[in-house]
Amino acid sequence: MAAHNVKHALFCAVVTLVVAYPILGLNLVAQGTRVGLEGADASTIIIIFLASVAVFAFQLYRDTIMASLSKAPRLNPLAGREPMPQARRVKLESWVLTGIIVLALFWPFFVSRGSVDLATLVLIYVMLALGLNVVVGLAGLLDLGYVAFYAVGAYTFALLSQYMGISFWMALPLGALFAALFGLVLGFPVLRLRGDYLAIVTLGFGEIIRILLNNWTAVTGGPNGIGGIPEPTLFGMEFGRRVKEEGNTSFHDTFGIAYSGEHKVIFLYLIALVLAVITALVIRRLMRMPVGRAWEALREDEIAARSLGLSRTAVKLSAFTIGAFFAGFAGTVFASKQGFISPESFVFLESAIILAIVVLGGMGSQLGVILAAIAVTILPELAREFSDYRMLVFGAAMVLMMVWRPQGLMPMRRTHIELKRQE
Amino acid sequence: MLDVQNLSMRFGGLLAVDQVSLDIQEHEIVSVIGPNGAGKTTVFNCLSGFYKPTGGKILFEGREVQGKPDYKISRLGMVRTFQHVRLFNQMSVVENLLVAQHRHLNTNLLAGLIKTPNYREREKKSLDRAAYWLDRVGLLELANRDAGNLAYGQQRRLEIARCMVTEPKLLMLDEPAAGLNPAETKELNQLIVSLKEDYNVSVLLIEHDMSLVMDISDRITVINQGRPLASGTPSEVRQNDDVIKAYLGEA
Repeated sequence: MAAHNVKHALFCAVVTLVVAYPILGLNLVAQGTRVGLEGADASTIIIIFLASVAVFAFQLYRDTIMASLSKAPRLNPLAGREPMPQARRVKLESWVLTGIIVLALFWPFFVSRGSVDLATLVLIYVMLALGLNVVVGLAGLLDLGYVAFYAVGAYTFALLSQYMGISFWMALPLGALFAALFGLVLGFPVLRLRGDYLAIVTLGFGEIIRILLNNWTAVTGGPNGIGGIPEPTLFGMEFGRRVKEEGNTSFHDTFGIAYSGEHKVIFLYLIALVLAVITALVIRRLMRMPVGRAWEALREDEIAARSLGLSRTAVKLSAFTIGAFFAGFAGTVFASKQGFISPESFVFLESAIILAIVVLGGMGSQLGVILAAIAVTILPELAREFSDYRMLVFGAAMVLMMVWRPQGLMPMRRTHIELKRQE
Repeated sequence: MLDVQNLSMRFGGLLAVDQVSLDIQEHEIVSVIGPNGAGKTTVFNCLSGFYKPTGGKILFEGREVQGKPDYKISRLGMVRTFQHVRLFNQMSVVENLLVAQHRHLNTNLLAGLIKTPNYREREKKSLDRAAYWLDRVGLLELANRDAGNLAYGQQRRLEIARCMVTEPKLLMLDEPAAGLNPAETKELNQLIVSLKEDYNVSVLLIEHDMSLVMDISDRITVINQGRPLASGTPSEVRQNDDVIKAYLGEA
């Protein structure tokens, strides 16, 4: 055993002790009005100690363990396979996507209300992630303040409905366009920045929007948020028990069925589904259009792209604006789903989660991003019992992903335009 | 068509280019030669808009272009290649040529989303043009490969083809023969001459390969330490004492 291995292992064990003892071994206990510190019971201490011994042993024999691990049979039997030809892959991908959509269409009628509600949230995240995927995955612009455009979309709807009584269907395009406008205005000065600098500026912008919403009490209601946001209607049919607006009818009366709260939930889910599908299809086409190629060219080699007559600002701005547009879409749906929004829904963590979805799914890959959106939204819900350790598990999952599959769940494989053989 | 007057470029205390003048007539191949670090590529970067020159004038077809943004200069018809090949490596060969035709395409988003006839027609035209140029430089067989997987000589040719699909009036080549073997250099030689003869493109060339330069240039400008040393026809330059001392070496 090499001496440095022992040293390293010892160091790791000590770090484990130092980190684990205060977190697990010390408890804050309320003693009347004061808070006291109490040591944990013997069993916890023993567990911590055993854990550090385990870390020590693992680090000591790490080389041997890792070597034998790599000899173990591969978990992924497809790993060494040749990639399939593009035509087949595209076909397969379209079939899988169509299958998912058809399944998603019928699925809400067979499950509980809670699941449908959660699924709507998943779809909102799918929209957000697909939009951010344009900015980060395709155009290569690291945007850490994406949630700002989401907030703009949501607040556009909330404010318009509060002050002008505008309905969901009117607000949907308006919210998206308004978010896109914000993207355009913000993008113009910042897109000359690159990489880290851009990330920091967008991060700042995201916070500015949130703080503005929080403090501009006269208009936005500040931290109290805005409530009473109307739900979407179906050709003038409302889904509530009683009709709220003049001239509207109610869904259950029109069709002569009993009122059920589920109608509304399912209807919202279907709207979100349709919008998510539209988002995916539009972006799919954009990727194959000149503008999509320009995004990728600029990401791959900015200098070469500029030398060929591509305007850096115009191309980046288009990606930024289109990304913001879809965030606005998602924001409007979110506002309608919640019926109440406040700045708390648009914190930096949201940006981070959306970015995590894009990275986990594989930058630029649509199917991957959709799967990652489902995983990232649903897993924390499934793990509610371990709610204390949710973020810990989330973090660990991210770290493991980055170690084993840094390219994402389904890394993007570009669909090339093929030159047909000419006779 | 291109007239450069007293071009200077200063980086802080370093005067990289000092009062360089050169001109290119239509249908002409002009070479810029000089030892390493003489400032040739800096001249190129000024011409193509990557640097804003600190002094002097650049007239392209009678219009002042110094200090204009790079993409605008390229749209006027001055297109360059790079000393180190710069392709879009993860895009296919044909897509590299499509990107270059960006401004010839219908980039209207709505037109693309619903595929209007105009959009399809332009898309097809640009594919045809790409195919034509791939055939011209002998890469048609490799059209659907990733550009990054091509051999070095092929990448060089693809870069030239990528410039040509933009339909330039002046092609600026920065050491196109670097890293090529003698056979490939000979092919390149023929290609450049044919660009001039068949497609009416003027060529501004930076090159170290003297046989190539002497062979195809109509005129040569020699730069040394940022300053113009001599200019003239190949034979004049070859006999210039200053040039021999500074660059060609005494034989």
